[in-house]
Amino acid sequence: MIAIVDYGAGNVASVHKALAYLGHHAVLTADPRQLRDADHVLFPGQGHFGQAMTRLRDTGLDRVLLGIIERGTPFTGICLGLQLLFDGSDEAPGVAGLGVLRGHCAAFAAPRKIPQIGWNSVRIVRPGSPMDAVAAQEHFYFVHTYHAVAADPVDVVAVADYEGDFTAAVQNANVFAAQFHPEKSGRAGLGLLSACVRGHPC
Amino acid sequence: MLTRRIIPCLDIEAGRVVKGVNFLGLRDAGDPVALAERYDAEGADELTFLDIRASDQGRDILLDLVTRVSQRLFIPFTVGGGLRSVEDMRTVLLAGADKVSLGTAAVRDPQLVAHAANQFGHQCIVVSLDVRRIGGRFELTSHGGRASTGIDAVAFASHVAALGAGELLVNDMDADGTERGFGHELNRRIAQAVRIPVIASGGAGKVADFSQAVIEGGVDAVLAASVFHYRKMTIADVKQDMARRGIPVRPIQPQNLSAM
Repeated sequence: MIAIVDYGAGNVASVHKALAYLGHHAVLTADPRQLRDADHVLFPGQGHFGQAMTRLRDTGLDRVLLGIIERGTPFTGICLGLQLLFDGSDEAPGVAGLGVLRGHCAAFAAPRKIPQIGWNSVRIVRPGSPMDAVAAQEHFYFVHTYHAVAADPVDVVAVADYEGDFTAAVQNANVFAAQFHPEKSGRAGLGLLSACVRGHPC
Repeated sequence: MLTRRIIPCLDIEAGRVVKGVNFLGLRDAGDPVALAERYDAEGADELTFLDIRASDQGRDILLDLVTRVSQRLFIPFTVGGGLRSVEDMRTVLLAGADKVSLGTAAVRDPQLVAHAANQFGHQCIVVSLDVRRIGGRFELTSHGGRASTGIDAVAFASHVAALGAGELLVNDMDADGTERGFGHELNRRIAQAVRIPVIASGGAGKVADFSQAVIEGGVDAVLAASVFHYRKMTIADVKQDMARRGIPVRPIQPQNLSAM
């Protein structure tokens, strides 16, 4: 079973629809047991880092997710779901993230427009993630103001250029996460989602 | 590199596309979902659905349309037309839209932009500005360009950007329908006044107009309706011209969905 973490943070329904289109049944859930039983957990998100962390903490989902990740369940973060995996973000100073990956999220500096909105080409910098299924220089749809600055560069598997390289995707053991929205990136995005959940019962 | 976006706009009334559409091979050219899929296949970077006569009656039909589009189409899409409240926006977003576009409602009550951004995040709030040149300045109009507001368009753009708009859609009402090109001076002045993406709309007539909107107007995206509907040009034509002039665009993807 594929589970999508439903914690009231934006784009969960569009991820569900994209998986349905690909023929995968996924459940939208905040139930700890269902999440723990899942063969694959997707962790989408849109919105404010601080508000999302507060919600995860208030519901105890933060510890549930950390347990799932520790047990080795394949785990896919999307957009804010990538940023929350890090130690923190300038969007919410003093609020600790999940801390699965070392590093911090920072806002794009001027004169770049924020949010970055649109299709950006992604460059794979390290093999061994679902990004391997993606063609070279493939374009994906980004919508974000903050980007992750990984303390351990080896966690970064793909970058994109917004007047300078930034983290587009990360991978560490069973955890993969994308800053862009595969569920809104047309065929390229559907292909990546498919690669992410491949091998899991649908 | 971040690419410039090409956004076809579909004018909807009671769930149907109203502007005549010249697509060959479509069973029903008035069906927004079929058209949306066609534009997706042709390389549209996003889509916008504009409910041109938003009525309470039409709203349910629109919501049904939004749901159907979101089940079949996996590129971002924006819905606008007659959204007056945070609740209106919520229903459209829950139905599956990625962004909402606010026009007259934002002119009447700019704080609505702030409320919406707080509720849904900046990224899904597009503020649509209908602008006319009056004397030496650009003035905001409302109700589809019919009502004058006396508000300076550039100042208003800065104001709604500060309130939390994620993007601005600038409709040049003087250029709209003329097919003489986008209003570069207007676009440039707004693009220079804000730090959020600007989408140009109104005036597309030939392929080069799109590139000029980026080069001279400094916009991040270009929206058009008729020129695409009537097959005066394709999205591929526009992207080719842009690429030739060194403007980054997303290449049109081959259709290989069946391989997944």
